[in-house]
Amino acid sequence: MAEPEQDLKPHATPSSSQGEGWGEGDFLDEDVTTTEAEERISVATAGQLMWWRFRKHRLAMVSAVVLIIFYLVVIFAPFLAYVDPELSEAQRSLMPPQPVHLFREGRFEPHVYAVKGARDPKTFKRVYVTDPNTVIPLRFFVKGFPYKLLGVIPSDIHLLGVEGVPVEEALFILGTDLNGRDLWSRLMFATQMSLTIGLAAVAISLFLGVLLGGISGYFSGTVDTLIQRVIEILRSLPTIPLWMGLAAALPGSWPVQRVYLAITIIISLLGWTELARVVRGRFLTLREEDFITAAELAGCSRMRIIFRHMVPSFLSHIIAATTLAIPAMIISETSLSFLGLGLRPPAISWGVLLEQAQNIQALAISPWLLLPAIPVILAVLAFNFVGDGLRDAADPYG
Amino acid sequence: MKATQDQLLLEVKNLRKFFPIRRGFLQRIVGQVRAVDDVSFFIRPGETFSLVGESGCGKTTTSRCILRAVRPTSGQILFRTGDGRVVDVAALSADELKPLRREMQMIFQDPFSSLNPRMTLLDIVGEPLLVNGMTDRAARTERVAELLKLVGLRPEYMRRFPHAFSGGQRQRIGIARALALHPRLVVADEPVSALDVSVQAQILNLMLDLQSELGLTYLFVAHDLSVVKHISERVAVMYVGRLVEMAPTQDLFYTPKHPYTEALLSAVPKPDPRLRSKRIVLQGSVADPANPPSGCYFHPRCRYAADICSRATPTLVELEPGHFVACHRAAELKLTGVV
Amino acid sequence: MNDQRTPLLSVRDLKTYFFQDEGTVKAVDGASFDVARGQTLGIVGESGCGKSVTARSILRIVEAPGRIVGGQILWYDAKGQPTDLTQLDPDGHQMRSLRGREIGLIFQEPMTSFSPVHTVGNQIIEAIRLHMGVSKAEARRRAIEALRQVGIPQPERRIDDYAFQLSGGLRQRAMIAVALSCDPRLLIADEPTTALDVTTQAQILDLLRELQQQRGMAIMLITHNLGVVAEMCDDVVVMYLGRVVEVGSVDAIFHQAKHPYTRALLRSIPAITTPPRVKLHTITGSIPHPYNRPSGCPFHPRCPERLRGLCEVAEPALRAVGNGQSVSCFLYENRA
Repeated sequence: MAEPEQDLKPHATPSSSQGEGWGEGDFLDEDVTTTEAEERISVATAGQLMWWRFRKHRLAMVSAVVLIIFYLVVIFAPFLAYVDPELSEAQRSLMPPQPVHLFREGRFEPHVYAVKGARDPKTFKRVYVTDPNTVIPLRFFVKGFPYKLLGVIPSDIHLLGVEGVPVEEALFILGTDLNGRDLWSRLMFATQMSLTIGLAAVAISLFLGVLLGGISGYFSGTVDTLIQRVIEILRSLPTIPLWMGLAAALPGSWPVQRVYLAITIIISLLGWTELARVVRGRFLTLREEDFITAAELAGCSRMRIIFRHMVPSFLSHIIAATTLAIPAMIISETSLSFLGLGLRPPAISWGVLLEQAQNIQALAISPWLLLPAIPVILAVLAFNFVGDGLRDAADPYG
Repeated sequence: MKATQDQLLLEVKNLRKFFPIRRGFLQRIVGQVRAVDDVSFFIRPGETFSLVGESGCGKTTTSRCILRAVRPTSGQILFRTGDGRVVDVAALSADELKPLRREMQMIFQDPFSSLNPRMTLLDIVGEPLLVNGMTDRAARTERVAELLKLVGLRPEYMRRFPHAFSGGQRQRIGIARALALHPRLVVADEPVSALDVSVQAQILNLMLDLQSELGLTYLFVAHDLSVVKHISERVAVMYVGRLVEMAPTQDLFYTPKHPYTEALLSAVPKPDPRLRSKRIVLQGSVADPANPPSGCYFHPRCRYAADICSRATPTLVELEPGHFVACHRAAELKLTGVV
Repeated sequence: MNDQRTPLLSVRDLKTYFFQDEGTVKAVDGASFDVARGQTLGIVGESGCGKSVTARSILRIVEAPGRIVGGQILWYDAKGQPTDLTQLDPDGHQMRSLRGREIGLIFQEPMTSFSPVHTVGNQIIEAIRLHMGVSKAEARRRAIEALRQVGIPQPERRIDDYAFQLSGGLRQRAMIAVALSCDPRLLIADEPTTALDVTTQAQILDLLRELQQQRGMAIMLITHNLGVVAEMCDDVVVMYLGRVVEVGSVDAIFHQAKHPYTRALLRSIPAITTPPRVKLHTITGSIPHPYNRPSGCPFHPRCPERLRGLCEVAEPALRAVGNGQSVSCFLYENRA
């Protein structure tokens, strides 16, 4: 048993310089000088192969970076905001975005100019005049309104601030809304709300979809027929009237966020059907695969077959499905809030911010109110591209 | 059958597997596909027994019934276990089946779908060991290395994933997995038909070597008669769910007794242009197992068919020692085998 | 048949490469052979040898990222005038009228070559009308006749069936009927019987032979099954990794094979006529992955007779060794 050991070591023959990694047969006579790259691919796990493929998908990679930035904003929203988003002041109503100057007298010294508001005596419109003589220097990591990071860590440090005057009177990066609230700060909080409130719903749909789809596909028979009929009934329910009814039915004393969360969760209890169908289909095809039969014949338990063999085979598909479900959730929040059915003030979300841009007149006078549409588009596109990239990368053996 | 009970490893008696045909909204059963219809045969320990036939003849279903990957409709599958008991595999519950699994293993046709692409060779070949109680990782690794060497693969490969291997190498991996638990019966379902010609020979040689080394018994399921002839000691021919002829390889190939076997042998193209001959070309196509003809299923295509063939179903009889045939006219016919 | 010596199709140094992210796959790399009028040429080889890509190149239906990068495919028309198919626009009028009209094609899997939403008859009628320009009624009459000729029972009824309603054998017959409906001069059959059972295979091979005798068309039979080649072909081309390694008459290939690959391949198949349970000869190793094509002669790493210092460096050219046989191997360089 012991003596063939040295024969097993790779030995070079002059003729077999390449292409032998695929060799087979009488391995004692054969050379296996695999290149390093080949060896790396040979021992690569499914996850690694998926990552290598995903990396090649340039648009998805860029989108992934965009999403990471978005979720950093979600975490650090109060730090990035510089004014309390609820702070309103009629004197600063509908102020346009203010340019930030980076250099003064050849040196890097970011600053803004003071802005003075006055009412136009003829039109009664508020007009804002920049005063180029009053320079207000920008400062980083300054104290401002107090907040709790992630709801726990108390802090009052903000990324931006100004020197000399209260920040709410001097800094308007994206301008203000009708009530004089700072749009940049509100956008930070809106991002936090819009990108998180639906996640619970997606998670619930995911869980139910995988569970019920898996049961349906694995056990088939009566259970399968029953679940399939339930899916068909659920899919025939119209969402928007249901949404409106629920919005009316929930206790009026609840804060808006909680009402919204409750509604999304109820909707998600109906929204698992799509994923359940996909999962069921995967289970049905997988059950016919030879490697599943082989596992059965080896004596594997049912649980081992499901969790060791079947679930990993479509996990990547589920990840892709999820990344595609999140933008749908963002769009529905935005559009429902825009229609006044979803979140309502005082909650702050992208849809709530955009609701202010409903009025054509307001838009004509203050087009910057449409700015919150940009992150909506960016986030939805980024999620879709990442989802596409993941889906393409998901099957490295395809 | 003549062979006495205690010589046999496996005896299949009157095996039937019918698949219901369901139609309509309520999925009512409107008919049955008689995939395996009253099949009886036996396998002796240490031999290679082949089931041959064309697609849809029930050979694969028969083999899956024996492994209980499919539950038979009726009939007995008597298997002699390592400790000498004879159990009816067809009647066992799932729990009773588990200890038996290690004695019967399978080699699959498709070297790609039979290996989980997300597991390394160590996990694939080691899985039967793990789920059957070899929980010590070091011991398992050692046994996997041994098995890989046995099938001609380098043990160093065990950290690799199946995607790094060619079809022939993957088939070797599948064989290593099948042998992990020291099975006594190995069911090989078309193990070489998905492989390239030059690789087929390697796998066939490996299977023959392993048989003599480990004393394995093979149930070989295939449609390629040349391969079957090469590897088997006894052969059974199936047609539309029934066994039509069973004999030692030489007898079956040189002196076939069933007209279907004769036609099958004649249809195989011989790799020698000097042996071109007039073939017996069967008319029509294989009978529908959901709606088979009366009497002998082969009679509409049989050039020797007589009146009785459409009326009565022939039974499998032992015409010569070890040579079984199900044909009314078998005794009188002089059929040609391989020339 | 007075122009027996001019071929129908002449492939010269054909190169079809696939340009992929992972690298260039030289699927066909310098293949040369002739298809004689009214004869059957077999192209044999294992997976990755380029036999199917050769057929697709001739028909100019190579899919991207594949491209013909060199060589000539000379098609000789009824007057013996050559046209180089590599110079034609693959979607142009001339190429389209050659495909289907002059060159018929049958594939391995007949199911996927039929549209599931049209009846079999409609697809034949369409082909006939496209190439022959006859009336609908006449085309239907010819289609029924074509189905009858390929041995489909009750063609008047079967013509209105969909492909999925036919059995594998009947479907392959219908496929042949489509290919032959316009009376082509060359039939390219790519693994026509691989998906079929032996008895059905025998039926289809008989049918092809019969139709060939009636119509005098040439057949280019692409297969990996040496038995089918021995039964059907007049001449044989053996390919390995995109290169033609040997060409010769069927008798020469099976009885006086010259190339070590051809000889090893013939020795490694279990034949129904050989004694059972003996060790088969094997070819060591397996077919290299197309990205990892060996240098020099592509067969050298597996060749038992390789000449050290030569075979792994230089690529042998295909040269005649007499008797109409050619081989590309350094073992025969001096004897030619």
